[in-house]
Amino acid sequence: MEFVIHHLLTVIVFTPTVGAVILLLHRLFGGKSEALMRWIALWVAVITFILSLPLIAGFDRLHPGMQFVERVPWIRSFGLNVDYYLGIDGLSLWLIILTTVLTVVSILSGWRAIEHHVREFLIFMLLLETGVLGVFVSLDMFLFYLFWEIMLVPMYFLIGVWGAERRIYAAIKFIIYTMAGSVLMLVAIISLYYLHEQATGQPTFDLVRITENLKTGVLQLDPRVEFWLFLGFALAFFVKVPLFPLHTWLPDAHVEAPTAGSVMLAGVLLKMGTYGLLRFNLPMFPHAAAELTMPICVLAIIGIIYGALVAMVQPDLKKLVAYSSVSHMGFVVLGTFAHTEQALHGAIFQMLSHGLATGGLFLAVGVIYERRHTRLIAEFGGLGQSMPVYTGMVGILALASIGLPLLSGFVGEFLVLVGTFTSPIEHAHAFTVLAATGMILSAAYILWMFQRVFFGEIKHPENAALPDVNGREKAMLLPAVALVIVLGVVPNWFMRKMDMTVLALERRMAGVAELHQPRRDFSNQRVSASTTIVNGQSETEEVTADGNRRLGN
Amino acid sequence: MLKLIVFSPLVGAALIGLGGRRWSERIIGTVGCATVGLSTVLAFYVFFARLLPLDPEHRLIFEPFYNWIASGRLHADFGFQLDPLSGVYILFVTFVGFWIHVFGVGYMHGDSGYYRFFAYMNLFMFMMLLLVLADNFLLMFVGWEGVGLCSYLLIGHYFTRQYAADAAKKAFIVNRIGDFGFALGIIFIFATFHTIRFAEVMARAAHMPTEALWTMGTLTAICLLLFVGATGKSAQIPLYVWLPDAMAGPTPVSALIHAATMVTAGVYMVARTSQMYTRSLTALFIVALVGGLTAFFAATIALGQDNIKKVLAYSTISQLGYMFMACGAGAFIAGIFHVVTHAFFKALLFLGAGSVIIALHHNEDMRQMGGLKKYMPITYKTFIIAWLAIAGVFPLAGFFSKDEILWRTANSAVLPPGWGRALWLLGVITAILTAIYMTRLVVMTFHGEERFRHGEAGSAAGHHGGPLSPQESPRTMTIPLIVLAVLSVVGGWLGIPEGFSAGTLPNWIEHFLHPAIATVSEGQTTMEPASQGSEIGLALGTLLLVVAALVWAYRFYQRQPLWQPPSVLVHKYWVDEAYDRLFVRPIRAISTVLLWQVFDVRIIDGAVNGTAALVRAGGRALRHIQTGAVRSYVVMIFLGALIVITYFMLAGR
Repeated sequence: MEFVIHHLLTVIVFTPTVGAVILLLHRLFGGKSEALMRWIALWVAVITFILSLPLIAGFDRLHPGMQFVERVPWIRSFGLNVDYYLGIDGLSLWLIILTTVLTVVSILSGWRAIEHHVREFLIFMLLLETGVLGVFVSLDMFLFYLFWEIMLVPMYFLIGVWGAERRIYAAIKFIIYTMAGSVLMLVAIISLYYLHEQATGQPTFDLVRITENLKTGVLQLDPRVEFWLFLGFALAFFVKVPLFPLHTWLPDAHVEAPTAGSVMLAGVLLKMGTYGLLRFNLPMFPHAAAELTMPICVLAIIGIIYGALVAMVQPDLKKLVAYSSVSHMGFVVLGTFAHTEQALHGAIFQMLSHGLATGGLFLAVGVIYERRHTRLIAEFGGLGQSMPVYTGMVGILALASIGLPLLSGFVGEFLVLVGTFTSPIEHAHAFTVLAATGMILSAAYILWMFQRVFFGEIKHPENAALPDVNGREKAMLLPAVALVIVLGVVPNWFMRKMDMTVLALERRMAGVAELHQPRRDFSNQRVSASTTIVNGQSETEEVTADGNRRLGN
Repeated sequence: MLKLIVFSPLVGAALIGLGGRRWSERIIGTVGCATVGLSTVLAFYVFFARLLPLDPEHRLIFEPFYNWIASGRLHADFGFQLDPLSGVYILFVTFVGFWIHVFGVGYMHGDSGYYRFFAYMNLFMFMMLLLVLADNFLLMFVGWEGVGLCSYLLIGHYFTRQYAADAAKKAFIVNRIGDFGFALGIIFIFATFHTIRFAEVMARAAHMPTEALWTMGTLTAICLLLFVGATGKSAQIPLYVWLPDAMAGPTPVSALIHAATMVTAGVYMVARTSQMYTRSLTALFIVALVGGLTAFFAATIALGQDNIKKVLAYSTISQLGYMFMACGAGAFIAGIFHVVTHAFFKALLFLGAGSVIIALHHNEDMRQMGGLKKYMPITYKTFIIAWLAIAGVFPLAGFFSKDEILWRTANSAVLPPGWGRALWLLGVITAILTAIYMTRLVVMTFHGEERFRHGEAGSAAGHHGGPLSPQESPRTMTIPLIVLAVLSVVGGWLGIPEGFSAGTLPNWIEHFLHPAIATVSEGQTTMEPASQGSEIGLALGTLLLVVAALVWAYRFYQRQPLWQPPSVLVHKYWVDEAYDRLFVRPIRAISTVLLWQVFDVRIIDGAVNGTAALVRAGGRALRHIQTGAVRSYVVMIFLGALIVITYFMLAGR
């Protein structure tokens, strides 16, 4: 127990791995029961989820630095200085919870749909969870990169083995795109390692320390170097997000992947991209970030509109949801690069909201795919009559996705829009107006889809007798449905735990001269004003971005 | 207390939504009506016992609830506010809402979606009360989009019918276009005032200078963005197209949402932000112009419709136009007054139409009605009252509010010179048109030959069938008719112009609302206001014209009830078709062909096609590895990791 308390993050990250090992041992001892395997995997995922809950309770929302920190020296040979260094802040906290929740429902979604190589499927699901969690908790860049790459392997096989007809094409496209990006990131990480050693004499992959030294000027980067380092990281992340025009792997990967794969892909893997931008690009290379804000915002907005327009005309349900992800994730990127408190809050919140709503929609598509073995919208119609409970649940997820107030999507998108409007960047108003058209377009494509699937007469006789969601399917859809409501009704409870991280990021960018454009009258205040009121209580104390005093050196 | 008013219907919606499928109609109806009834009682209690006793200049009650969204300076909270404006709104919303719920008990009898209907109606009441009691813009937006959602769900009540599903989707999307403007307006307000609470925004706006005509200042921009929202929700040009289609929903829905309450939310918003509107002469002018044109335009279309509910829908659009015309002329109180009286008589008209529709087994075509007055005496008599009220006959409700609007518009101090008179003329012509199309409706439905026997009655998928012998509706339906009929008579006496009684009777609503509404102050005026005395003259003139129109139309349609209106009116000026050609189809075509099939698949993917080709070759090779056992996968994972680590270490040397 003592060990668990002091190594909570390690325990959370590796519990799924332990589960995978148990499934292997089960085989070594000749176990053949697929049901038992499923139950083992499910319980492991549930235990991981339960273990992640103390993170919420124990998270100190006023502590500005990393929490639940674990650090031991790891690799010291070859002149390397790699630490096993974990910790979370307001950015990673909710992403971890999101991951542990979605893994549980993903395993449930494969309960019937996965019929061959069940054990392998479950092992890969659990390893995937370890990889993703590892990415979110690693504070050592070496470790981060390790998890980042490890995570690709199970995902590759999930698509390639249990996918649909064109699975190999999709899997390889996914790998090539991602690898192309991450190779550049590797170069950037290594360069940063040496640059830091040159400047301080201390080689380290410690990203907290490097960030801090970059901020205080201990480590100074030549603008051109900063620019290239920024791009090295950013490209890996943009592919993952995916930012237009690097998105074309996504529709293929989603369509071909099994439901569980799509849920994890949309729900958490895409967030690794935006997580990386917020963890590396903004705090480490703010000048380059400021310099590149304009093209990135333009691409984000193109993505918002383009993704929505293309989603509107998709005949395939999964493709529709996949393109809608391009649109919704555009909001996250826009919020990330608008450099205001509201925009950052909105971006992080939108990551959660999108993970739940879109993850939930993929689960929902899986439900009718299992019944009809087709994802073509035209094959459905009138399901509102045969599957009323299912219709209601999908309805809530769909409305969350189009940003109806009191559901999760509204909070994130509205905050991003507010933050963009009050942003110091050029053309902030035009950007806001253009991004806001996403609100109209998302309503159009989601409602049109909803009408064609659920409303109208039953055109295909097969649909008349479709059974409504069973107990397992309810259990699998309910977490997402319930959470999009909770997030929409009491967003503050979630946002307050992000405050310190958001504030630190916002301050970091506020100090960057490149951002300050001549401003118009009504927005002449910096939204970063030094007072933030948290739960009615005014805090004027200076908060530093580092926060790592407690652990550091 | 305000919390209870708002949340009571939500509790009802939740109970019915979760348990209603297993309940009998009686329980569902009781829960639905009781929770709304509780809100009604509490609304009246709060209004009379809490709000009225306060000092008339400071009638304002705040009730905070919880912090909803906070980020930096942005604070959007769940908090409620009751002032004279929201007070008037909660009274008629809960009252009319309650009686429409009662009507629904009878109207929806036997419908398979009975529980859905009441769950959504209750949810609507919650959202509508949230909208009017919110103390900040964002919470109002919550209610605003929420009523839109309920409208969507209820228009699509008969979701198996294609046209109902189409209409629901159209309503939501067109409203979203409006909401886009509203949301941007809120963001603009936050950027300007650093707060979104009404009280603070209005207090700060009160210190800002008036922006002259055709200058694009901050307030003008905000007001115009908000007005985009209003044109969506309140069905004004150019976003009115969803409301006629919304008639696909059950008739009580049309009465409650698409006549009495939700569609007046736009007027409420403009009145709520009157402090800003009065400081932008451009915005006022555009509001008045759009209102006046919509009033006239929709009235002409109403002349050409044969579906009883469509006539009433265009009539609603037209009456809403009056309300905006009043607001744009600076007479916000007159606009709100018309909202109230209109809620009574238009709800009555819709419920009366509903009563007729039920009697004719869901036939809505007036060409297949006629002669119903002897079969449905209560429906007929109450309908006659509503007819005279909407036409503006003294001393019914519509007379006073419409007269107030026309007089104030003619003498507006904020419209550019001459425009007050011009809009007044448009208003008078619209009043005449109103008298004509309403008379046509009454005559075609209740008078003359009984055409329902040899028409294809019941063709609109009615759920009864069999030979037609129209009967008066049950008591749950006729009592609400009688209640609303009484209000359609006396409702107008709330605001008898002082010019009429020479000051002996106070204009109650004017005095009551005055502190909550900004008035046009000195120095903003462009012309001298006219004297009080001329009000009676104008009112008498209009009244004479209206009565003449009534008599003429009655005799005309009595002789030829099936007179074919001009094709341009029957086809509603082909606006729907134009929108379809101009927007819907091009967007779809561009998205499909240009963006998806050419740009996404050919160009972007084509760029990686070279890679993809290589990849496919590699894929064939890899496929062999994949058929292996678990161990080989796991070994591969570790191998992969090992390769990465080794590479790293070597590279790091």
